[in-house]
Amino acid sequence: MLNKNIYLILIISLVFAISFWIGFNVNLLPAEASINAPIYDELFKILFITGLIIFIGMTIAVIYSLFKFRKRNDQIGDGIALEGNLSLEIVWTIIPSIIVLLIGLYSYNIYDRMGGMKELNHNHEMMSSNSEKIWAGISQTSDNEIAINNLSIEVSAMQFAFLFNYPKGNFISGELHVPVDQKVSMKMESKDVIHAFWVPEFRIKQDIIPGQPTILNFTPTKVGKYPIICAELCGPYHGGMRASIIVEEESDYNEWFNKNRKPEVNL
Amino acid sequence: MTISIDPQKTNNESLQPKGWLRYFSFSLDHKVIGIQYLVCGFLFYLIGGTLASAIRIELASPMSDFMPRDVYNQVLTLHGTIMIFLWIVPVVNGAFGNYLIPFYVGARDMAFPRLNAVAFWLIPPSGLMLVASYFVEGAAQAGWTAYPPLSITTPQSGQIIWILSVLLLGGSSIFGGINFIATIIKLRRPGLKLMQLPMYCWAMLGTSLLVVLSTPVLAGTLILLSFDIIANTGFFNPVLGGNVVVYQHLFWFYSHPAVYIMVLPAFGLVSEILPVHARKPLFGYTTMVFSIMGIVVLGLVVWAHHMFTSGTPPWMRLFFTIATAFIAVPTGIKFFNWVATLWGGKISINSAMLFSCGFIINFVFGGITGVALAQVPFDIHVHDTYFVVAHFHYIVYGGTVFIIFSSIYHWFPKVTGKMLNEKLGILHFIITFIGFNLCFAPQHWLDLICLPAAIILCLLSK
Repeated sequence: MLNKNIYLILIISLVFAISFWIGFNVNLLPAEASINAPIYDELFKILFITGLIIFIGMTIAVIYSLFKFRKRNDQIGDGIALEGNLSLEIVWTIIPSIIVLLIGLYSYNIYDRMGGMKELNHNHEMMSSNSEKIWAGISQTSDNEIAINNLSIEVSAMQFAFLFNYPKGNFISGELHVPVDQKVSMKMESKDVIHAFWVPEFRIKQDIIPGQPTILNFTPTKVGKYPIICAELCGPYHGGMRASIIVEEESDYNEWFNKNRKPEVNL
Repeated sequence: MTISIDPQKTNNESLQPKGWLRYFSFSLDHKVIGIQYLVCGFLFYLIGGTLASAIRIELASPMSDFMPRDVYNQVLTLHGTIMIFLWIVPVVNGAFGNYLIPFYVGARDMAFPRLNAVAFWLIPPSGLMLVASYFVEGAAQAGWTAYPPLSITTPQSGQIIWILSVLLLGGSSIFGGINFIATIIKLRRPGLKLMQLPMYCWAMLGTSLLVVLSTPVLAGTLILLSFDIIANTGFFNPVLGGNVVVYQHLFWFYSHPAVYIMVLPAFGLVSEILPVHARKPLFGYTTMVFSIMGIVVLGLVVWAHHMFTSGTPPWMRLFFTIATAFIAVPTGIKFFNWVATLWGGKISINSAMLFSCGFIINFVFGGITGVALAQVPFDIHVHDTYFVVAHFHYIVYGGTVFIIFSSIYHWFPKVTGKMLNEKLGILHFIITFIGFNLCFAPQHWLDLICLPAAIILCLLSK
């Protein structure tokens, strides 16, 4: 009996060890280029490891029972007449509940750190009057931060392109340029069907909906050029609906901005 | 009051065709109807599988060189619709339900044999109509979710035929659901208590409740959508002041329970198959029953997890995260119970058993990615990508379709009086299991590395 328990403990610790090793050493995600990304990757790692432990454990249990309890040629009759075991059932109701609850609380914490629980509406400077129709993706605003520092960009999506309007410079660009380490705030609206704004390196995604502006805030942390991908089936050229986001140093950004800005027209 | 109808008496026997011709007749016999469902389902499975192969061939190279871009979207839409509404739902509910439930509850036939025959005969014409819509003006190309405004702006005839066809198939499944509930509740052999029912009956009772509660919502939604398309109304059309997110809520109110409509019967079937081949009673009958009903209740209140990126307020995201994650608990109980059923048995390693165990392994994998997807922050990155496609196929193909194969190996002798070849069956399992995992496991990763330019016109996913 003691021997059996030792084997069981050995196998369980091996499963844990393998799962943790894979979780920490196999990186399946693209580069981290926004404040969100490291937070997201933390959650991913935890979910990945927990999932691996459960999956490897269940697979071993199934394959072991298939092998160990297979019917030998000389055997006849039935297996043990076991119809249930209340304490076991209670154990495997409570343990998964606790795991699920912990994961839920943890992901709430992650979501809060990403800024998902913040009300965005009050400090977005492009607020229109019917503010209750605007829904937010993720924000990273802290309440004392003032909206003036934000870069405000209006995004319009159409079949099959994104256009980025810089209201302060009074120009429209097909590429999204943003300075590094500054919060960008986007108000997005679609001209025709539903599209989605997805930057994998930033770990953010928000649908762009016709008739209902959505808001998405993010802070890039790494200079570079990243793809913006439409993630919502939007028609025949959906697969080709891509744009680029260029994160650059503030001086480069200002140079680009001043080159493109148009004088304001006062009407 | 229920009147049980004896098919032998109500049918004028001399008018009913004999032999194989009876499978093409308006037969009221539940066994014939079960076979009709199964064979019809397999024919559409072939069509849906051909479309899936076309998708893979197209995506084998980065450019769109195998078919035009709009045809690709039509293939995508037809693949999804056929596989869900014409293969899995009819087979796992209609075929096995009709064949087995009267035997399990000790009834002579289903409660409403004529309704049963009508439910089946709605399927072939609406399926053919759906497939034929390709030759009209092109089939529907807005994905199987048919989100407006895309479904309003794409060519109309295909979309309208799609709606009509899904409405008829939905009607068929409501008729089936009513029939199963009536049969299980009212036509039980006297003395057969509810808590003595075979597990498949419980699974079908839960499934039918979901069908009856949620399918009418889809029907209503699609009728409103068709008004938007034909009559220029503005329910979902943003140009006329409609709200596109409302459609998504209504659509997923059916289409999330639809996943349980596809997997709960499989849970029931596997609970029947494992004890036979492990030569051991099912472990934990009572908890299995409660977990089925738990899944039914929770399954109705999780739909908005399909809309985490659509524009939903934060409190709603949180509520649906928690509700969704908690489905893992009753589902987990079932899986632990199945492993406990195997434990200590005298297991025959045959095709039915292998497919059932393949189901357990695949479904656990799909369930784990499901719990991950329920977490809002996790979902925001992978939503609408191949990660979801892979997750879904693990549940529905690696789960339900494996159980369909397992059930066929298990019940084929019962239906035909002949055994199937075990060696070929095991070969079938090995090829299916390896091929399935080779196809879908890498898709999880495909998404995480963000689907680079290799895929030019890919990715719908819901």
